[in-house]
Amino acid sequence: MLMPDIAMAPHTLPTQHQFNPYTENGGTILAIAGADFSVIAGDTRQSEGYNIQTRYAPKVFRLTDRAVLAVNGFAADGNMFVKKVKQRLEWYRHAHGKDMPLRAIARLIQTMLYARRFFPYYVYNILGGIEEDGTGAVYSFDPVGSYEREACRAAGAAQSLVQPFLDNQIYFKNQTAPPDSAHPTHLPLPTVLSIVIDSFTSATERHIEVGDGLEMYIVLARGRNLAGLEGITGMQELTTTQDGERVFVVRRELKKD
Amino acid sequence: MDHFPTNWGRPRHEGFDAYATYPIHERPYNGPKDAFAAGVQRTQQPIVTGTSVLAIKYKDGIMMAADNLASYGSLARFKDVQRLHSVGSYTVIGAGGDMSDFQYIQKLLDDLITDEFTAQDGHELGPVEIHEYMSQVMYARRSKMNPLWNSLLIGGFKDGKRFLSYVDLLGTTYTASTLATGYGAYIAQPLLRKAVEGKEDTLTEEEARKILEDSMRVLFYRDARSINKFQISTVTSNGVWISDSIHLDTAWSFAEGIRGYGSQTQ
Amino acid sequence: MTSIGTGYDLSASTYSPDGRIFQVEYANKAVENSGTAIGLRVKDGVVLAVEKLVHSKLLVPGANRRIQTIDKHIGLATAGLLADGRNVSNRARDEAANFRQLWNAPVTLKDLADRLGLYAQAYTLYSSVRPFGISTILGSVDKNGPALYIVEPSGVTYGYHGAAVGKGKQLAKTELEKLKLSELSTREAVIEAARIIYLVHDDAKEKEFELEMSWIGDETKGLHLPVPKDLFKEAEQKAKDALENFE
Repeated sequence: MLMPDIAMAPHTLPTQHQFNPYTENGGTILAIAGADFSVIAGDTRQSEGYNIQTRYAPKVFRLTDRAVLAVNGFAADGNMFVKKVKQRLEWYRHAHGKDMPLRAIARLIQTMLYARRFFPYYVYNILGGIEEDGTGAVYSFDPVGSYEREACRAAGAAQSLVQPFLDNQIYFKNQTAPPDSAHPTHLPLPTVLSIVIDSFTSATERHIEVGDGLEMYIVLARGRNLAGLEGITGMQELTTTQDGERVFVVRRELKKD
Repeated sequence: MDHFPTNWGRPRHEGFDAYATYPIHERPYNGPKDAFAAGVQRTQQPIVTGTSVLAIKYKDGIMMAADNLASYGSLARFKDVQRLHSVGSYTVIGAGGDMSDFQYIQKLLDDLITDEFTAQDGHELGPVEIHEYMSQVMYARRSKMNPLWNSLLIGGFKDGKRFLSYVDLLGTTYTASTLATGYGAYIAQPLLRKAVEGKEDTLTEEEARKILEDSMRVLFYRDARSINKFQISTVTSNGVWISDSIHLDTAWSFAEGIRGYGSQTQ
Repeated sequence: MTSIGTGYDLSASTYSPDGRIFQVEYANKAVENSGTAIGLRVKDGVVLAVEKLVHSKLLVPGANRRIQTIDKHIGLATAGLLADGRNVSNRARDEAANFRQLWNAPVTLKDLADRLGLYAQAYTLYSSVRPFGISTILGSVDKNGPALYIVEPSGVTYGYHGAAVGKGKQLAKTELEKLKLSELSTREAVIEAARIIYLVHDDAKEKEFELEMSWIGDETKGLHLPVPKDLFKEAEQKAKDALENFE
């Protein structure tokens, strides 16, 4: 059979070292949606191999008063991606005089990721916040833009440690409800915060790429009171507008070994 | 441009792919051939290289150190090379990796500073701006699969604030109170962290200098691509200062006592 | 104006029968209408000074600078059409940057002046363009020491010890000639420059003006910088005092 010369492509050439434009910078992120709030968290360690590059490199970013984005994977791509998302959101603000709704940000992120389908941003994104109907929401993405809305999601180095824990504690997988009662569909804020902190202390114990510091962003729906945040020390408010959703950040130390 | 109109809008060739069965990425290229394509080189590996750069924060600002060697593989090729470079009045940049790429970066930054100076608009670039500029340049080049093969440390002092950061050929960036590139990331970084973390606001210039000097000595003992001649730079409220070359004093007499190395016969 | 109505002044690409290019001469008229600019090349540096006529009280003080920085070590002052000055200074910056790119060294003022001369001259050759309505004073301390040049609308460039262009150029030149330029320090030259600008300013005809001064010398480590505030104040005060004694 006559083969066109492209079919005889050089499969047999000696393999050459080629520049690899990617690396993996460790760390873990997670987000959990409540009925009228959302918690988005990430550790602050950045590493490459066995090296800790820095103990404080944020992976979680406030986008608007109702949207927070956590980015994990290749840090350079992550920072560039967040920069570009923020820029698009600013343009939206200039065009429409309001912040982009959460579900629109989610679709924007999928479009931006898929635009680089053949040279992807090597990052896993988790978007958390409040929808227009006032419900807490979490959107998770793969590097090329596949996404879905979920109640909770973990990603990154310790995904395999944290996600099963969340499945059990949030979705009540492998747990049977007591007779004559059902599992709750949404957990209260203090419970969620405890689960987040426990997830990260555990991941820090068991995974070398997780540790140093924890940043938790809490987004509260419009008009919701601060119930559930009474005992939280060192909380800092990042809200920029009146009478809308409110954003807070809580920082905690994690083990540094 | 392709000057054959029959090719326009036709990524596939019906000559041998009449039914469009070939995957699009394996299609034959019908466009014009670039006669020089094979001659265009990208940096795929570093050639003449510098090794570690170290930097720490201290009471008055930041301090950086790098030795004076540029290696050609394992050959100590150039032994009087300066790998610390001042940028404007508030910033110093230190480079490991390919030295020709670093010279290009120096040129870029010098042009940038001249441009800003001639604008005479009352603005000056500080370390934060230089860091952002370099991270954009490095990330853009890695995205073109044509990287500048360097690990850079950027340190500075402006408006009463210290700044220390890292940028590399992948566009990876971070800041910390101690930084080390290359072999120094393995050998010097733990020493620097132990000596500096938590003491950034109390370390004096003499103490900081001793920490870096000791780390450079350890690196010279352990890193086969290093040399016992280095420079130190400080950036403080008094501006940028880069020292003359400093010779490390090292002791090798212990080698005599090592069995199989010294003059013992048994 | 013998040229008017003859038709020989319509284009820079047309000579008059007696061998003149009227468009270039008109360009010189534009320079003569402008506030004076002077340059002093002295022992260890160069000083540039400009009498910037302020045509409106509504302008922000310091706006529309007529002294510009071309490279770290080069300053440029213009007399004539302000916008032409901007175009030429941008061109000068490009030339200086290109020279650095090519030779990895700062351009000498002679080379830069030659390039700008060629640039200006090209605008005297074509019917589609008009010559620059500016005279440019270039000052620098380069590897050969202090240097001072003027580029005229015709494209001609000369080096000077003292340079003056614009309205008060005649008076300024006589004042410059009285000075022992090659013996002055740059600091002393600043005082003299301010005095001359105040002297040539005709406050009977013109309203307000702003004094603009820059210098290059040992005190600026070879950089082209605005004259520092305290020295500027001192020079301005001395200039005003000298003016009262003069009259």
